[in-house]
Amino acid sequence: MSLAPLLLSGDLDAALADVALGVAALFLLLAIALLYRVVRGPTMQDRVLAVNVLGTNTVVVLALLSVGLDEESLLDVALVYALLNFLMAVAISKFTVDRGGVI
Amino acid sequence: MEAWRFVLIVACMLAGLFFTVVSTTGVLRLPDVYSRAHTASQADTLGAGFALAGVALAIGVEATALKTVLLLFFIFVTNPTAAHAIARAADEEGIEHWTVDDDRTGADIAAASGDGPAIGASVGQSGSRPTPEDPVAGESTASEDRPAGDADGGDA
Repeated sequence: MSLAPLLLSGDLDAALADVALGVAALFLLLAIALLYRVVRGPTMQDRVLAVNVLGTNTVVVLALLSVGLDEESLLDVALVYALLNFLMAVAISKFTVDRGGVI
Repeated sequence: MEAWRFVLIVACMLAGLFFTVVSTTGVLRLPDVYSRAHTASQADTLGAGFALAGVALAIGVEATALKTVLLLFFIFVTNPTAAHAIARAADEEGIEHWTVDDDRTGADIAAASGDGPAIGASVGQSGSRPTPEDPVAGESTASEDRPAGDADGGDA
């Protein structure tokens, strides 16, 4: 990426889209690395925790894509995904213990 | 778009990327579920917060940016709550905490497993070279011991 000429020429919107897409790609790599803990994590709670972190990464990737691709509707998708992610983590933690007294 | 705003956006996104790298390393490398919950709740919340702040700055003064701020607030509230619920579920299920078996610390293990004298003596002896190696050796023996403990936690 040739950033310095872009900064000088002033076409910052195109550069911003490139930066957002690049950062989203790196977040995606981290999410793929987290899959190792989902597959191998020795306990159930390890897997739930890794899926929770992965879901947070997905929310960030969706928000970055909404800037990079200039699609505002992806932010709504990210909001719904964050809600469902939290519900998933709490529900699984509640149902894996006997009496369900987690929160 | 002004140049300073562009620089601020890029700095926010890179800071978010850094903290997410920290949290991913923690989730992959730390020894038990409680320490993993710790790094997942703190570093990951900060990483997502920085990245979403960068997105909000990139959108600018619009109604859409309100959605991003809402998302940031929501993640700040729910991410530590979810990690706490998971860690508490792990505790109620009786998963063992990661500890050294007795009261030894990392320096004691390094002094016991290394062939040289204790750390304080080696500093005076031959400069600073052996000092960085001994704690690393202690760390690695401590974490090599642990996979058996992990398997125990899986059985419980």
